[in-house]
Amino acid sequence: MLLIHCPHCGPRAQAEFVFERPLESIIQIDEALPDLIPKLYSRVNPKGPSWELWRHTYGCQSWLKLHRDTHNHTIHAVLEIGQTPEGGDA
Amino acid sequence: MSQTLRQTKGGRIDRSRTIRFQFDGKTHKGFEGDTLASALLADGVKLFGRSFKYHRPRGVMAAGIEEPSALVGAGTAGRYEANTRATDLFIYPGLKAVSQNRWPSLGLDLLSGISLISPFIPAGFYYKTFFGPPKLWMVYEHFIRMAAGLGKAPKVADKDGYEHRAAFCDVLVVGSGPAGLAAALAASASGAKVILAEQDRELGGSLLTDAATIDGQASDEWIAAATTSLLAKGGRILTRTTAAGFYDHGLLNLIERVTEPGQAPGADGLAQRLWRVRAGQVILATGALERPRLFAGNDLPGVMLSGAVRTYLNRYGVRTGQKVVLTTDNDDAYRTALALAEAGAQIVAILDSRAASAAGNSLSLRRAQTRLPVHFGAKLIAAKGSAKGVKSAKALIDGQITNLVCDLIAVSGGFSPVVHLHMQAGGTLSWNETTGAFSPDISRQNQTTAGAASGADGLGQTLTSGWEAGLAAAKALGLKGSSVKTPPACAEADDQVCRSLADWLPAPQTNLKKAFVDYQNDVTAADLDLAWREGYRSVEHMKRYTTLGMATDQGKTSNLVGLARLALAEGRPVPSVGLTTFRPPYTPVTLGVLAGEHTGAHLSPRRRPVLYQVHAAQKPIWQPVGYWHRPRAYPQGREDLHQSAHRESLAVRTKVGVTDVSTLGKFDVVGPDAAAFLELVCATTVGKLAVGRGRYTLMLREDGMVMDDGTVWRVAENRFFLTSSTGGADRMSAHLSYVRKVLAPQLKVTVANVQEHWAAAAIAGPLAKAVVENLMGEGAAPRHMSLGFGPLAGIPTMILAASYSGERAFEIYAPSHQIGPVWDAIVEQARGLGGCLYGLEALEILRIEKGHIVVGGEIDGRATADDLGLGKMLRPSGGFVGATALGRPAMSDPQRLQLIGLEAISGTIPEGSMLITAKGAVPCGHVTAAGMNVVQGGSIALGFLQGGRARLGDVLTATSPTRKQAAQVKVVAPVFYDLAGDQYRD
Repeated sequence: MLLIHCPHCGPRAQAEFVFERPLESIIQIDEALPDLIPKLYSRVNPKGPSWELWRHTYGCQSWLKLHRDTHNHTIHAVLEIGQTPEGGDA
Repeated sequence: MSQTLRQTKGGRIDRSRTIRFQFDGKTHKGFEGDTLASALLADGVKLFGRSFKYHRPRGVMAAGIEEPSALVGAGTAGRYEANTRATDLFIYPGLKAVSQNRWPSLGLDLLSGISLISPFIPAGFYYKTFFGPPKLWMVYEHFIRMAAGLGKAPKVADKDGYEHRAAFCDVLVVGSGPAGLAAALAASASGAKVILAEQDRELGGSLLTDAATIDGQASDEWIAAATTSLLAKGGRILTRTTAAGFYDHGLLNLIERVTEPGQAPGADGLAQRLWRVRAGQVILATGALERPRLFAGNDLPGVMLSGAVRTYLNRYGVRTGQKVVLTTDNDDAYRTALALAEAGAQIVAILDSRAASAAGNSLSLRRAQTRLPVHFGAKLIAAKGSAKGVKSAKALIDGQITNLVCDLIAVSGGFSPVVHLHMQAGGTLSWNETTGAFSPDISRQNQTTAGAASGADGLGQTLTSGWEAGLAAAKALGLKGSSVKTPPACAEADDQVCRSLADWLPAPQTNLKKAFVDYQNDVTAADLDLAWREGYRSVEHMKRYTTLGMATDQGKTSNLVGLARLALAEGRPVPSVGLTTFRPPYTPVTLGVLAGEHTGAHLSPRRRPVLYQVHAAQKPIWQPVGYWHRPRAYPQGREDLHQSAHRESLAVRTKVGVTDVSTLGKFDVVGPDAAAFLELVCATTVGKLAVGRGRYTLMLREDGMVMDDGTVWRVAENRFFLTSSTGGADRMSAHLSYVRKVLAPQLKVTVANVQEHWAAAAIAGPLAKAVVENLMGEGAAPRHMSLGFGPLAGIPTMILAASYSGERAFEIYAPSHQIGPVWDAIVEQARGLGGCLYGLEALEILRIEKGHIVVGGEIDGRATADDLGLGKMLRPSGGFVGATALGRPAMSDPQRLQLIGLEAISGTIPEGSMLITAKGAVPCGHVTAAGMNVVQGGSIALGFLQGGRARLGDVLTATSPTRKQAAQVKVVAPVFYDLAGDQYRD
């Protein structure tokens, strides 16, 4: 079980969080149909670092951006949604 | 027989405290501190069980958790643990243990005849039976089921309690042998908060077998001093606690045995405790396990691991043999030989497979050479004996086959570090040529290995590696250096004993069909060779084909021996054939402790509506809806569910009914952009809604399917009240949050989940308006789809005029804590007008009649608004979640499943039936909800039919093969009552 450092609540067990989706699979309201299909049905499943959307559902309920390595579960960054990482793109 | 093999003194047992227990119905005596194995061995018992496949007689092989053979059932009904290791069960008064996999009894096992047909059940025989004729397979299957297996699963629910606890520490040390204790002391002296976990009931590990002098103290005193020091610094010591699993980010599961298997718990009722420990640093001082060697009959009772023989002698005071043959490839067995000789046993021969030139140089070996018959370059070919034990050994000494009379064969095939947790944590291994074993290499987590687990050999190295690991862990945590500067030192010079040539070759004369590799699953060296010849070259394939290492011991003693056999066949070095995956748990874990407190009523939360007690007084039939418990019907007198629901629905149709709708999802949406926000979530028009008005609405998923339905009300210009289904309320709450925070953070709006803030009563029926106006005054009842406010029974309420039943209806909302008087007043008024309470079953009947859809019924995640006949409600301009996805061609396929109504022509439409055009035809639809026409009678249903709206009038068959029911049905529009909607309007 991962240990996720919530920016509001500190280190918390993964059981308090819900994985939502990779950031790149967020579907905007006005998403064009050709872009929508891959985001719905053929999502990427990267091996290695990935930006993901999580929610601290059983904690502060905030939406978080995690930079997580899917291969070794290292969590490189946890940001509040809307926050931009230093020098990164998310 | 009474403790005939017990030494008169020595060991860690308390001879003043006798414990009586039973094994297979016979009463035995042991002493406090004994395991079941040591007590029975002291009593001269050699036969402990029968093997899994061949029913061969088996005794005790080991002295710890790695025991593959001596498995027993312990305890009685409600407190019975199968397949527990006799070597890992400390006896207690009243213990009742039984042997396993024998019939009718252990001594006389009629199924042992299976050994005779063993040539016909080789490796992979189970798979091979699949190639035979199916009828024959049915015969095999019966035979296999009867003969194979170990313990029997208990049939009675577990009486005892299990609990979960969370703990956090700087350093978790697993194992309390010399390395673990040294590590814990070093970390603790550096200021770290330490948890020390030990699977045994005493701390000390190998020191409990091989006492030593450490820091000038006897090891017992050193252990006691270390314990005191750790506790004084705030450490936690958990004995009888096994680290079963190592998971991500420093999380370990520890299983603490509060009671022994089958033992009645104390006043707290607790049998076991699961600790979830999150540790900053983990030190694995898990030791090493001795490996057996290959020779025929190496599984007979009386063949034991050399280290186990020494443990039984030194720790339990049991001399397990009088005439002993030892076979080894390392120096450690010489310590056993010397200890046995000192205890008065006759050492018949020490067969060392190494050449004299390649042998070790330990003090033990040199001592043994001077006084015991040591043979270098010698191997064992076979052990001979019966269920009563070993009688002789056939050895290859100086190239000559020699028969040796003996009653005990002590075996050492080298030592394998216990790397399980290291591997579970994602670590890697490297091959250590001098010990002939895999040792930990790279750690992927904040974890190190110390002592024998890291390949350290001998007490001096072990203590130092533990100490250094403890210091390193503290340093990694940023703690200051230790107050103590030097590692614990031992006096023993006789140290390096594990050096092994890892000589995997059995003597050439060995009958490999009787040379067991995996004792618990009856896998022989010949089986592995056969699997290789049949093409199973990958270690993972060989494991699955032969079942090597797949038993409850997970191959603790057998895996490396098996790998070496594969390597031999492949002509490759051992490390190049690879390893199978190490998975949790390290030792078997009872399911009860994983469940913990989450059983029975505690399996999931029960959400009770605020009026729960009020309903309970009516003795309703309850129905779970998600976690909620809601009344399904309120039977009167001797009514059953259907009679009650029919009466209740008839009351709604003809007079008035009252039901509790407090559990509906409710959201307060407030802000200048509230309407704009809701237009993202709702697929219907919201912005044009006038203040004081409401409308029915749909919420879609991103793929365009309907997620939920509800009503949206404009309370004020910038304030909306949104309802959703009870079961979907939590999902809707998350969805609203997602849309607001992730998709549209620019909108000025707040959303509050007020599901439990408001409670509500729905009043429905021709007399509903009278109920409201009698209570709240003339003109208090709002028009259909309008809202109003007003006091009821002195409580401020909100009234929403919306109908689900199809009758004139009002939902009266009051603050949850004030709903009591409101509810009572409404129910009293309704009853005065001839009405009654109605539950979910009546609601179901009424809504089917009206063709109203429900989440989980028609809203099944596969239906679009158009499929449900609600396509016209959608905002043509789009701009809501799911709008784009509706543009896909498949969404407008005329052959999609569309909501239709069904009327029975003959019979009753079965629940859950499928729709077919003729017998044998492919189903073209299905029934989602079946009910009765309340007033006129007759069986009706809602369902989905391919291109259904164009097929009104068709006659189909609704059939349920599982219920063995069918009915002729006519396809109709999904409304059976009041098509024009006159009933609910003013």
